[in-house]
Amino acid sequence: MKTLVFAWHYLWSRPLGAALNVLLLSLGLASITFLLLVAHQLSRAFDRDLAGIDVVVGAKGSPMQLILSGVLHIDVPPGNIALKAVRELEKHPMVAAIIPISLGDSFQAYRIVGTSHAYVSHYEASLARGVLWSKPMEVVLGATVARRLAVTLGDTFAGSHGLGGAGHAHGDNLYTVVGILQPSASVLDRLILTDTASVWKVHEDATASDDEDRAILAQEREITMALVKYKTPMAAMTFPRFVNTTTEMQAASPALEVTRLLSMLGLGTDVLRAFAGVLLLTAALSVFFALWTAVRERRADLALLRMLGAPPGKVASLLLCEALWLGLLSSVLGLVLGQAFTMALGWFLQLDTSLLVGGLVWPAELLVVPCLALLVSLGAALLPALGAYRVSVLELLQVR
Amino acid sequence: MLVFPDVDVPQGAVLLLSGPSGCGKSTWLALVAALMAPSAGALTVAAQPLHALKNVAADAWRARAIGFLPQKLHLSSALTVVQNLMMAQWASGQPEDAKRIHAALQALGVKDLSDRKPGQLSGGQAQRVALARAVLLQPRVILADEPTASLDDEAAADAVQLLLETAGIHQATLVIATHDARVAHLIPAGVEGQIGFQTLRLLRNKLSNE
Repeated sequence: MKTLVFAWHYLWSRPLGAALNVLLLSLGLASITFLLLVAHQLSRAFDRDLAGIDVVVGAKGSPMQLILSGVLHIDVPPGNIALKAVRELEKHPMVAAIIPISLGDSFQAYRIVGTSHAYVSHYEASLARGVLWSKPMEVVLGATVARRLAVTLGDTFAGSHGLGGAGHAHGDNLYTVVGILQPSASVLDRLILTDTASVWKVHEDATASDDEDRAILAQEREITMALVKYKTPMAAMTFPRFVNTTTEMQAASPALEVTRLLSMLGLGTDVLRAFAGVLLLTAALSVFFALWTAVRERRADLALLRMLGAPPGKVASLLLCEALWLGLLSSVLGLVLGQAFTMALGWFLQLDTSLLVGGLVWPAELLVVPCLALLVSLGAALLPALGAYRVSVLELLQVR
Repeated sequence: MLVFPDVDVPQGAVLLLSGPSGCGKSTWLALVAALMAPSAGALTVAAQPLHALKNVAADAWRARAIGFLPQKLHLSSALTVVQNLMMAQWASGQPEDAKRIHAALQALGVKDLSDRKPGQLSGGQAQRVALARAVLLQPRVILADEPTASLDDEAAADAVQLLLETAGIHQATLVIATHDARVAHLIPAGVEGQIGFQTLRLLRNKLSNE
């Protein structure tokens, strides 16, 4: 214990050098913390939101866009598909269930999603207050939405056209809040859910001038996409090709697209990882140099410790404890900085409202950070400690 | 190769180890502190035959039996005066004893400087602190290496006086290794109650390797 105290004093007897070493080590560790956190949060978000959805059917276009817009709700959809075509698809023998998704409107930048009750039960969300919608124009709010907008049951609001929040307001048709979901840590938290028919009603009321128009529009009803669950995993072999070749729609597999997305991000993370490695290596060299100089400067002091009766191991342990302090301090600082970087990224990219990145999480992988810190600092201290171990007391006597 | 004459110092006496630089004073001190072993001959220090001590045992014995006042003092500049003394207790493997540290500093009149760093002490104060560290564990033998080097006459007299007093209080054998001719005149011969001092004069007698 005492060794730690003395090592602490020795470390801070050269405050500038010590601070520089802690900073260098921390920056390397912060980069690693950041990478671990982003990877962890992204894969958790993807796993959570993609679970149980085998394929997404939507308008022709980029399959990744389809997944990003329809499942993760972080992109705009490629277009709409005919309701009739979806009804046909529902009858396909390989399809177990279909959840319709209709996008188009938003309220205060939160998306209003026209869907069915199956969407709520798919994410196993439960109601905190109120009930699920029973007729068009009734909405259920995700937990985050309700909290951020401070909206309660019975409140009404008008949606605005478009997903950005700056579009034309549909002033004639007001939504009524009938329920608020409990936080489910899924995409539902940041959505406003309503019946598919609400979306039709809002837009048909806005464009139709008489009943005849209305009838035509009802014939041409569309949804944005359908989330499909297979009856059998075997369907993955044939169903997407069936959709892509025989219909005007496309089928995109979430698992496939996310893997593609992550491999595209992979290049970026490799660069960052290499960068973190270089930082850590620099830190290790700097720690090595600092301790090496410390041993040289304090040779006589260390020799005196031997004279006072300290065995060589005790003298060496003093050096190792200095390195241990460096490792511990920079682990803490590195973790804090890494968390701060991650939060800053989430805030900067507005990903915190999408629940993709942001917020404090402490996944078990983060244990790597202190381990790495101790490995680097103690590794760098080995040679200096050996030097301290070998200090001869005779040097003390021969100084003249 | 160095050959030292035999010497027998009674417990509590003063030995003046004098001679020019390079005559082997350091080696003599190293032998007595069990830091190196003689190639021939036997040493008994503080009732301990040194040839029986090895490595860690020698370290432990040295911690208990020898108090060392190095020429350059070597107070650790990173630590306060009190912490420097704590470090001596730590190095010797003793439990920390704040009372004894205070008593040691008090005895040498530097208790008020407890929380200063060595850089804030004058030369004389630093020497007193180093001496407090040397006698902290109540050694049987105090080895002082050039205690008067670079001191003026008055300060040198004070330093020697302090060493004699401190050794007297602890009833420790005092060895002063020095090439400073003034020291011999500063030690009173046969002080009452003390056994007096003897001089071991080393010559630069390099024996050729035959």
